[in-house]
Amino acid sequence: MTLSRRLAPYRGVLRMRWRETLQYRVAAVAGFGTQLYWGLLRLMVLAAFYESGPAGATDFDFEHVVPYVWLGQALLGLFPMRLDNELADGVRSGVVAGELLRPIDLYSYWFWRMVAWRLALTAPRCLLMLVVAVALLPLVGLGEWALGAPAGGAAAGLYLLATALALLLGVAVTATLLSLMFWTVSSEGARYVLPVIVWFGGGLVVPLPLLPDGLAAVLGYLPLAGLMDVPFRIYTGHLAGAEALLRLGLQLGWLAALVLLGRWLLARGLRRVVILGG
Amino acid sequence: MAADRGDGAGGRAGDGDGSAADVAQRRPSGDGDARGGAREGTPRTGPARPAGWAALVDAGRLYLRYLAAHLRAQLQYPAAFALQAAGTLLITAVEFVGVWALVRRFGNVRGWELPELAVLYGLLMLGFSTAEMVGRGFDLFSRQVRGGDFDRLLLRPRHTVLQVAGAEFAFARLGRWLQAAVILTWGLTAAAIPWNAARVVLLVETAAAVTVLFLGVFVATAALTFWTVQSLELFAIVSNGAVDAGSYPATAYRRFLRRFLFYVLPVGTVTYFPVAALLGRPDPLGTPEWFGWAAPAAAPLFLAAALLLWRLGVRHYSSTGS
Repeated sequence: MTLSRRLAPYRGVLRMRWRETLQYRVAAVAGFGTQLYWGLLRLMVLAAFYESGPAGATDFDFEHVVPYVWLGQALLGLFPMRLDNELADGVRSGVVAGELLRPIDLYSYWFWRMVAWRLALTAPRCLLMLVVAVALLPLVGLGEWALGAPAGGAAAGLYLLATALALLLGVAVTATLLSLMFWTVSSEGARYVLPVIVWFGGGLVVPLPLLPDGLAAVLGYLPLAGLMDVPFRIYTGHLAGAEALLRLGLQLGWLAALVLLGRWLLARGLRRVVILGG
Repeated sequence: MAADRGDGAGGRAGDGDGSAADVAQRRPSGDGDARGGAREGTPRTGPARPAGWAALVDAGRLYLRYLAAHLRAQLQYPAAFALQAAGTLLITAVEFVGVWALVRRFGNVRGWELPELAVLYGLLMLGFSTAEMVGRGFDLFSRQVRGGDFDRLLLRPRHTVLQVAGAEFAFARLGRWLQAAVILTWGLTAAAIPWNAARVVLLVETAAAVTVLFLGVFVATAALTFWTVQSLELFAIVSNGAVDAGSYPATAYRRFLRRFLFYVLPVGTVTYFPVAALLGRPDPLGTPEWFGWAAPAAAPLFLAAALLLWRLGVRHYSSTGS
């Protein structure tokens, strides 16, 4: 069997889930409105802090903050804040047994399905957000808060790479949590705790460089920084050169580690799973 | 099972004094006996509802019964309960850690330092989590409309708002409430507040006003489901948006957003002016100090408008069910 034919089922999963998720247009518009409001609110609060504090409080200038906040809002859908409900229910109810009958690799099936889901959640909101943040804000007199171009050609290239890695890394995080569900059964814990950890560790609550230096350094080495902080700081130019490459390598390392962990957990979980019913 | 026990208790109370609770308990079974009622020639509306003060007491008792039932039900799953409580606690904690980190980096925002921001944040979250506990039924209300279940509520001789509020009670939000209480207490002791009797009144008044305001937000967003049928998650969007905006003094925002928070969704009015007055901070926007005591009145006004919207919605409602 050629490689292309072996990959065909996963391409199919990707395409189906993409179309399915794009059906929810009202949800996309509502989500976009929320993110626009939230982005403006965040920028105003951060601007107020910058204006109130002493000049040299941080090397992370307000010009860095603006793209950091807008990219965070535009790409919010990429980040692992929720588990795929259908897959989680599948593990709980035993429907996953049906998936096992198919001649495909379950982990890859999960993985590409979630990739498509996140992409389809993100694409419409991201486009709208870019239009507003790049073009509309200057027109209504908020030019100081408009999203500018990336810090340079190299930054743009590295940014795209880092964002792609962030997407895969986020999916790997959720795939690992899904595998853990063979033990925990309930996804409640993940549902409450996951968004909080991702928001904070990724830099959505406060951009990581603005946290106390020690805390920022520690969080910088965790996989969550690779979800948002790294690509955004590359875009703004706050992260460049060897430092940027190092962070990209770290993203890649965490991705590999999480995929291996997820696969191992899944294999262990499937060995102990008992499916009831006929 | 629970219903049986309820009826029995209602019956016993009725033997004694024919109390309002007795009426409240017997009515649900009255629905089933509609045919019998018609045969005897009593009008379909049944016995007269208690009026005035008695109606209020009656509603209160019914609500307490709802509460007791929900508490029993939710404590059946202690692990899930603890997890949810811990989860909501964590969310609030992280938000405040964000405030702390920014203050650590920049020292203050528009002259407000950490203890003062803690008072603002603590009061906001205290009111919000109280409203969340009480108003959870409105959060889930879109399901009732979509499933056509609201029809049943209309058949019962009690106000629909009472019934929707009683349909759910989120005790697990106690985690967030406790967290808010701790942050508020720390802020109140750490900030140099010129205490007097009027300021104690103001503290209680503000906490109550924030609760009332968010109840208004919940009722209003739930009422919109009468038109949209589908839930747009407006509930979460509007209330989270209001909480986020209220976490910082209104002076941190630009004028257009400030106007929105003062006049449209008055979370700024209900938190910023009273807290500034409580802390004894002169308002750079130029309002006199007494306005801090008057501003919380915006909350009951907002709730009244929300209830009006609800009434319109009920009139507009047409069932999705068969």
